[in-house]
Amino acid sequence: MTRHQDDDEGALVAALRAGEAAAYEKLVRGYGPRLLATARRILRDAALAEDCLQETFLKAFDKIDGFEGRSALGTWLHSILVNQSLMKLRKNKRERHEQIDDLMPQFDSNACRIEAPWSYLATPDELLERDQTRALVQSKIDQLPESYRIVLQLRDIEEFDTETVAAMLDITPGAAKVRLHRARAALKVLLEPLLRGEGPL
Amino acid sequence: MTSIWTRMMETMKGIMLNRMPGMITCMEFEEFLIDYMEGELPAGQRRVFELHIKVCRECRDYMAAYKRTIEVSGRAFEDQTAAVPAEVPEDLVQAILEARRS
Repeated sequence: MTRHQDDDEGALVAALRAGEAAAYEKLVRGYGPRLLATARRILRDAALAEDCLQETFLKAFDKIDGFEGRSALGTWLHSILVNQSLMKLRKNKRERHEQIDDLMPQFDSNACRIEAPWSYLATPDELLERDQTRALVQSKIDQLPESYRIVLQLRDIEEFDTETVAAMLDITPGAAKVRLHRARAALKVLLEPLLRGEGPL
Repeated sequence: MTSIWTRMMETMKGIMLNRMPGMITCMEFEEFLIDYMEGELPAGQRRVFELHIKVCRECRDYMAAYKRTIEVSGRAFEDQTAAVPAEVPEDLVQAILEARRS
């Protein structure tokens, strides 16, 4: 982040703390679009995402005095949003998820990996030129247990770094890495037919 | 059915990875993988990790598919990413600001 942005952000936070109406509006208009997009991707439901955005800002207005500036304002807002989203997901329990243990890599008694040869591995361009691929991949990500899916979503799709993801979820970076790795490994198994070019999943 | 030859090769590989200095097993490779991907493996461990990739077809294939999974999942939301609204719907902005005042 540039110095200029830092100054802007500092001024905005000060104005929010002072209760200036224009500052609240600037916060909503400035940070709202990206937050709304993230909420839509996590919740997969436009109406729930809008509710979540509203709750996020109300919480942020309420807690702005506690914002210590250790992370960027946008990251702080995302942390609130992610936690609000997770509460919503828990309330709206969705379809049954896969058991993560069933999707972990397999090893033989010598600690050697069991992995069928990959004579063909489809490229992203090949896969994504078909319209239905995105929906298929999204539905496979949805099958991951929530605590794993959220880490994969924040790291590989929203592209926050692992430290930030850990801070957002209030877990250690080590725990975040374990979950991320297991989520990717499980998703690899779920996507195997697609990646091997074996037609619809 | 696994042939005797294949089973013998598997046993040899197991002995090599478990016993030879500078080698790690596939299970150990699995534990290192996330740190390797994050660029956090110290140089010595990275060399051992990369040697394993060279000698182990299974882990080489596995890692290629693992990386491809990350690429594909990152792009699976491109349509929705492109659709990031330029602004939050006006009625929602007003509802948020209204809720604050009440």
